[in-house]
Amino acid sequence: MKRLAIDFWVGIFILLGLVCTIFLSLKVANITNFGADDKNTYTLYADFGNIGSLKVNAPIKVSGFVVGRVSDIGLNPKTYQAKVTMIINKNYHFSTDASADILTTGLLGEQYIGLQNGGDIDDLANGDTITLTSSAMVLEQLIGKFMTNMSSK
Amino acid sequence: MKNLIQSIGRPFSSFILMLGETSMLLGKIILSIPYILKRPQLIIKELFFSGVLSIVIIAVSGWFVGMVLGLQGYNTLQRFGSVSVLGSLVALSLIRELGPVLSAILFASRAGSGITAEIGLMKATEQLDAMNVMSVDPIKRIIAPKFIGGVISVPILTMLFNTCGILGGKFVGVNLLGLDSGIFWSQMQDSVNFHADIVNSIIKALIFGIFVSLISVYQGLSSKPTAEGVSSSTTKTVVHSALAVLALDFILTAFMF
Repeated sequence: MKRLAIDFWVGIFILLGLVCTIFLSLKVANITNFGADDKNTYTLYADFGNIGSLKVNAPIKVSGFVVGRVSDIGLNPKTYQAKVTMIINKNYHFSTDASADILTTGLLGEQYIGLQNGGDIDDLANGDTITLTSSAMVLEQLIGKFMTNMSSK
Repeated sequence: MKNLIQSIGRPFSSFILMLGETSMLLGKIILSIPYILKRPQLIIKELFFSGVLSIVIIAVSGWFVGMVLGLQGYNTLQRFGSVSVLGSLVALSLIRELGPVLSAILFASRAGSGITAEIGLMKATEQLDAMNVMSVDPIKRIIAPKFIGGVISVPILTMLFNTCGILGGKFVGVNLLGLDSGIFWSQMQDSVNFHADIVNSIIKALIFGIFVSLISVYQGLSSKPTAEGVSSSTTKTVVHSALAVLALDFILTAFMF
């Protein structure tokens, strides 16, 4: 085969690889949403008594709309509460009395953090901690409560 | 007794010898990279033979693997009433495991065996010796371009495999079984992470590419200069590559995910 034809096909091969990678990045991994881009995001913290099975990268939703992702989960050594680091899109601000709940999609689906805006005038800044939190619903505890209620009746 | 112990020791020592020779070969290839960069046409020719000519087999296998994943996943997930996660199932299993592994194995059997046979035959017909006599280093002229062509091809073919597989899974899930295409894609986007999944898939493919190409050129160089020797080396390339890829995949997965 002529050299030019080989060059042409190899060029197509490389382009095909690039197109596939771009397809995977944009369509499959949806990289446009909150990547590692620090410029468009800010960080908030929240302490929870129990995070259930919340995972890193879980979505943070307001009214069901995704505004950020969980970037890290650790344990606060003083209070022995789980400390969740959240990365939030800079376009959305929340008042200092905003509350964070750990919710579940469907009955047994994945867990996510639901934020509820408060009425305070001041907004939470980068690095602030949300104090009003409610823990994950643990099925065993619910059943336990239900059982003790039933037996006491 | 002495013979028994010797027969235990011989495979081990020959294995160590093989590892040593392979690393020496890899060192020589890396040292000849400056020479290759001055003659990119050599690599482009190898990219054509090992990459471009593998496009069809990779695309078709990816498409069918994706379709099978879609079908099997749908049947199993339906029992638990969670067919909506079919998109993430197909995408994650392809990107994380099946894409790199199957592309590397297909590459070994489609291109790697060809590389081994070509080098083995050149050795059997004393073309490599002739080059040496003409003071052309066969490592620089023949081996290194083939190796580098393979290393570049495998990640590109893996991305192609992943893409075709996901499209095949989408074809079965959405077009044939009637899943909602919005749910299919959004579930996938929810669970696939660019850094953790796609970048790791490329790294895996690159490592597999290095190993498969190295095994191919090594087997070609160390084949016996007879028709039988070339044929057994070609077989060894495919077998060793498949084993190395599967074993490495376990190690890499343990580190990455």
